[in-house]
Parts: sequence; C-alpha cells; structure tokens
Amino acid sequence: MPTLEKDGRKIWQVRTTKSQLIRWGAWLVGLAAFIFSWKEISDNTLWFMMDNVGEVVADIAGRATPPAWSFVFELGRPIWDTLAIATLGTFFSLVMAVPVAFLAARNTTPSKVLVRPIALLIIVSTRSVNSLIWALLLVSIVGPGVLAGLIAISIRSIGFCAKLLYEAIEEINVVQVEAIKATGASPMQVMAYGIVPQIMPAFAGIAVFRWDINIRESTVLGLVGAGGIGLALQSSLNVLAWPKVSLILLVILVAVVIGEWVSAKVRGAII
Amino acid sequence: MSAALEAKLGQAWKKPPFITNPVFRWVLIGGSILYFVVALGGIEVSWDRIVKGMDYGKRFITAFGGIFVALFDYIRDVFPWLSETFPRFFGPPTGNDPSDSRWIEIWTEKEIIKGLYESIVMTVASTVVGIAISIPIALGAAGNIAPMPIYLFCRAVIALSRALNEIIVAIILVAILGFGPLAGFITLSFATIGFLAKLLAEDIENMNKQQAEAVKSTGSSWGQWINFGVQPQVMPRLIGLSMYRLDINFRESAVLGLVGAGGIGATLNTAFDRYEFDTVAAILLTIIIIVMILEYLSGVIRGRVQ
Amino acid sequence: MYQGWKMLELQGLTKIYNTGDKALSDVTLTIPDGQVVALIGPSGAGKSTLIRCVNRLVQPTSGSATLDNVNVTALGAAGLRKARRKMGMIFQEYALVERLTVMENVLSGRLGYVGFFRSLFRKFPQKDVDEAYRLLDRVGLLEMADKRADALSGGQRQRVGICRALIQDPSLLLVDEPTASLDPKTSRQIMRLIVELCTERGLAAIINIHDVALAQMFVQRVVGLKLGVVVFDGGPDDLLPEVLTDIYGEEDWEATIEKVDDEDEEA
Repeated sequence: MPTLEKDGRKIWQVRTTKSQLIRWGAWLVGLAAFIFSWKEISDNTLWFMMDNVGEVVADIAGRATPPAWSFVFELGRPIWDTLAIATLGTFFSLVMAVPVAFLAARNTTPSKVLVRPIALLIIVSTRSVNSLIWALLLVSIVGPGVLAGLIAISIRSIGFCAKLLYEAIEEINVVQVEAIKATGASPMQVMAYGIVPQIMPAFAGIAVFRWDINIRESTVLGLVGAGGIGLALQSSLNVLAWPKVSLILLVILVAVVIGEWVSAKVRGAII
Repeated sequence: MSAALEAKLGQAWKKPPFITNPVFRWVLIGGSILYFVVALGGIEVSWDRIVKGMDYGKRFITAFGGIFVALFDYIRDVFPWLSETFPRFFGPPTGNDPSDSRWIEIWTEKEIIKGLYESIVMTVASTVVGIAISIPIALGAAGNIAPMPIYLFCRAVIALSRALNEIIVAIILVAILGFGPLAGFITLSFATIGFLAKLLAEDIENMNKQQAEAVKSTGSSWGQWINFGVQPQVMPRLIGLSMYRLDINFRESAVLGLVGAGGIGATLNTAFDRYEFDTVAAILLTIIIIVMILEYLSGVIRGRVQ
Repeated sequence: MYQGWKMLELQGLTKIYNTGDKALSDVTLTIPDGQVVALIGPSGAGKSTLIRCVNRLVQPTSGSATLDNVNVTALGAAGLRKARRKMGMIFQEYALVERLTVMENVLSGRLGYVGFFRSLFRKFPQKDVDEAYRLLDRVGLLEMADKRADALSGGQRQRVGICRALIQDPSLLLVDEPTASLDPKTSRQIMRLIVELCTERGLAAIINIHDVALAQMFVQRVVGLKLGVVVFDGGPDDLLPEVLTDIYGEEDWEATIEKVDDEDEEA
C-alpha cells in the first residue's frame, strides 16, 4: 500500500507519488489544451454578432414555420434516390467487404506478411475518409448525381463492414472448423460449412447496422451534389426558402427514425 | 428397420428454408430483386461525363501517389538516420534540402495548415466539452440510478442528438451564428453527447450491482456513492470511449467546413472546385495519417486502462 | 491379442510445438484391422496431439503415420483430403457446426466425396441422404433431422457427431475424449454406441479417454501415454494399480478398479 513518511508517521495515500503526478500531469495537459483551443475558437468568432442571436433564431423560426407541406409531393424522387443510395450502397460495399475481411482475418488470410497488410490498408483508408469527402471526389470524377453518391457510400462502408466482419471471423470456434477439415473437405468447403455459418449472425447484424448509418449519411450527400434529398436541401437553402428547408429537415428526421426502427426490428429477428 | 425410416428412404432431402411461410418468402425474395433492378435502373449514368471525369480520376491518383512519394522523401531527408537504420526500406537519401520538398510547398501555400489547425482546435475543445456534458446526462439516462422524469429528459436529449446528422446541425448553426469554428465546435459537442452519454449510460446500467450496493450500505451520501460505487466501475470504459470519440470528432471536423462551420473542409471544398488535386491529395493524406495516429494512440491508452 | 491386417502404423511419431513443448516423442504403435484401442493418460500427455497427428490437423515434426499402406505424413493437400475421408473423427465438445441442421451436419461427413457447388447448394446424392437417414435412425435421432444442432442436448449432439464420422465410410475412427462433456450415464451410452458401431462395421478406432474405468469396460486394448511417451500397452485386465500409478501418479487405484468389476457384473 502506498504510504508517505511524514514526521516519522506513515500517512496512507490512494496512489503512489509517481502515479499521482502522472495523473495530475494528464489533467493539466488536457486542461491547457482545452483552454488554448477555446481561446482560438473565441478569437475566430465575431462575438458582437452574438448579441442578437435570440432575434436571429426567432426570425428564422418564424420564417420556417409552418413548413411547406405541399412541397412533400415534389420530394418523392429525392427520397427514393436517398433510399437507393443507402440500400444499394450497403449491398455493393458488403460484396466488396467480404473478400477483404477474409483476407484481413488472421485465421483465413492467405499470407500474413503480404496480403493482410494490403487488406488492412484498404480498411483504414476507406474508413478514415468521410463519405462526404468521397462524394466530393466522385462528383468531380463521374459528375454530379446519384451515381457519385452510390459509389461514395459503397467505398466508405467497405472499411467499416470489413473491420467488424474480420473481427467476427477471428472469433469463430476453431474446433468446428477442424471437424469439417477432418472429413476431407476442400478449403472452399471448409469455408462454406465451417466458417460461413458461424459468422452469419454477425454478418446480418453488420449489414443492417451499416444500412441504418448509410440512410443518415445519404441524406446529406446531396449538399456536395451527389444526389438524394440533400440536393433539395441545398437548393432550398441557396434561395433561403425556409419553409421548404424545415419540411426537408422533418422528412430527414422521419427517415432516420424509421431507418433505426427497421434496423432494430430486423436485428432482433435475426439474432 | 423402423417405419419412420422406411418412409424417409429414397426421399429427396432439402434444407428447411429460413423463412417457413412460402408466400412471405417468395414475396420477400421477389420484392428484393424487383427493388434492386428498379433502383439500379433508375440511376442516371452520363457516360460522356464519366469519360471526361476519368481524366480527373487519373490526375487525382497521380497526385496522391506523387504526394505520397514526396512525403516519403521528406521524411527520409529530415531524418537521415532512417536511411542508415533501415537502408532496404528507405534507400539512400536524395540529398535535397528538405525545405524544398514539393510536399512542404503544397502543404504551406494553400492554407492547409490553417485549416488543419482549426480542425484540431475544434476537435479538442468539442471533445472536452462534450465529455463534460455527457457525464451528467449519462448518469441521468441510466435507468438504475436516475428518477423517472430526469431519465426521460436525458434520454430525449440523447435521442435528439443521435437523430440529427452533424452536417445538418452545422447548417442550422451556421445560419444562426454565422461562418466560423464556433458553429463547428457546438455541432461536435452536441454530437458527442448522443454517442458518449448513450454508451456510458448503458455501461452504468450493466454495472455490478453488489459493488454499488456495498458502498451505499456504508451510509454514504449520493455524491460519495457515485464517486466510490459507480465511477470506478465505468472509468475505463469512459476513457476508452472518449478516445474513440476524439478520433470520430476529428474525422467529422474535416467535413464541417463544407457547410462553413470551420476547419479543413472549406479548404478541401475549394480545392475540389478548382480541380487542384495536389492540394486534395495532400489534405486527404494528412487526414488519413492523423486518424491512424489517433487510432493507434487510443488503442494504446485503452489497452493501458482496461 | 488379435493379429490382423495393419490398419494404422505409427513410426517414431514426434511433435514439438513452436513453444518448444515436446507433446509426443517417438511414438511407435500398430493397430490392426477392427481393433478398438483406448488411449489413456493424464491431461497434457499428448493424447489429443497423437490423434490429430494421424489426420494431420496437427503437423507432426517427424516420424510417419501409415493408414492402410498409405503414408499420410508424406501426402500433399489433395492426397491428404482423400486420406482424411478414410478417418472419421469424433470430438470432445461435439464440434458440430451449431447453426446448421442435424442433417447438414451429418451430410458434411460426405464433403470429401462431393464437389464444391453440389455441397454449397446442399445437393447431396440420394445414396448419401439415405445413408444419413439410416445412421440417424440407428442412433435414434431420425425425427431430429431438420432441427438445428444447437437445439440438441449434449448426448444427442455427440450422436450426430458419430453419424458425421461414420457417413464418411471410414476404415479408422479417431475419437477425442467423447465423454468428457457428458454426464456419467450418457457417457456410458455413448461409449457403448461407439464400440458397438465399430464392431458392426469392423472399424479400427483410437479412443482418447481419461476415465480409466470406462475404458476398461469397453475396449480390447489399452495404451498408456505419459508426457508423450508410450508407457503401457496391453489388455484392459493388465491395468494394475502400479501401472496406473506409473501413468497418473500416486493414488488409491483399488477403488477405481473394483468399481469396474462391480459394473461388469451388473452388465
């Protein structure tokens, strides 16, 4: 037990002096970083603009209500597109993520030195870049529209799905795989009978989970020109058509809530 | 031979279907295929534009490869000992002055540093504030320790934060507060709550009841109870989740600039508009490197505390 | 002792793991056609390693295993798959693929005979399906055929595991602690079933088992393994207390052996 000698008596302490110092140091560094960061943000903010924030909020709220309800009929196509981007994007990303996951998992990769690092690189690079950035890049390559959004979502989701899937592959029960091997099955059959049934629940869970996230992400892709309801949001914002903006935001909110509900239901049914 | 066996011999065997109701099964399969075909067919593809865009694609890939090599050369020139220690990996030094590197040139001229700096500042500030707000909300959203009205309120805050996309919150805040990092900072702080408070609340709900009760039975006050009975149990997870969120906030901060909420996103957007793929590649590479470093650090810290 | 055709011949089989642990050292053993051998020994004696070296789920460091005049140790990937078809394996924790049905688990024993796409679409030849039904009927699980494996009890799962091994049409059974996860009564039923089936089909078998009494009850020959070395090889009645002490260490063995005698009388 850490103690401190003081005037010949031992005083009990929770921690040793050294670990105590490290703790205080960590707190100090964190606090300093925060204060510094806050000062930077504050310096870059025109605070006198904030005096009438209340009025601005009230003004925008006034303009935005009531939402332009009838506009909802013009949103059919954008909503369809958004759903298509999310659903097809999830599908295509899974098609690509499955082989990547098998190449990345320690127990199924053909080569730990050569293939696995490449698979991990694909996972990291697709995951670190936000789907909006992928969308920006693809809009400049394939032109504005749904296609750019679809490819952006597909690429962005590869890393996410492959990472979760390869973790699931690494956690399978090896004895079941051994049992299939022992029957004289070929490597492909070992995969189909020993590994795939074991990762099916994880796979289904990942698919639905990512679909839910992709619904959220595809609603805003239009802001950079990549199709879907975000496009309508962008054009309404550009002309300051606040009643349309508030309606679109409501539609997005409803879509996200429905997406989450569906994904929770499907996950419950599968597992 | 039993009668049951005799009945089965010679009969074909089929795996029982996952969905037992045949009508429902075929409607589901047929509907999925139909949706797939219709949705895919509805996507407009402009081949002329793609052919033209391929050139941009090629330029981007060339730029990315070029900036990668430039970074590699820069590292080798700045740290000569790398060539000596790992000669097979790094090769001989180029002998150029590191400050003339193309990487440095692109990196300094285009406001990349300023944008990145702003992104990092927003990330740090919003993560700290987000954590500070998340803790009381998580306590309130834990069904086993919070009274009902507080529970419902905190759960509502979490649900709202999760339902609203960061970009949309940023758009609204930019409309209210004007351009700049303040909007981004508030956006990220708010988003942190939905993530951190939810997971932390779940962790508190799953904690070991006996430990918490043992502390309560000593006659401690509510504050002491939280401090001694609850906090030690959830602390490792809180630190792990905070590190993870720091990572997410950095990635998000990179796109908030697209809608004017500060950070590197604005620079990136401009670069895309002008088809300056060197700048785009430099920014993306920097983001990927920072994310990898953060991921590595958070892994190390999570390993330490758990 | 019965002397027939040499079904399995182990020559100087040795396994040293990467960690440096010597699990088997220079094991030489011959098992004739149709003989059921119990392999006894304390945990860590190398029993599991031995049978896994035979079908090369574990790669032996040196030595050879010859099955029916085929040197399994020297085979390439395709030859090994062919050889494995002739060795049915039964596992301690049943090792059924939990999320597949009983029938799929049994039919997976035919994977070595069926092409990839046929197996992927579950289009097994009718003769295999009939044989699967016959085996399930034999072990009393016919009506469970379309249940998922994780819905079964331990004893039932092990019966499915036995069917999976037998449908391979093997000439040798490798049985790894078949009763370790079962209660005493089910253990005995499973052991009896395995030995009966071996007699019916004239199969040779190696059965790893830590329960000495159970081994003595059912097998014709016992091999004792200690730290990877064969220290005993003889009939079940030759297992005297001093032999057991040699294998397992000091303990009062009279009780164990007497219990066996009682049970024999019951049976």
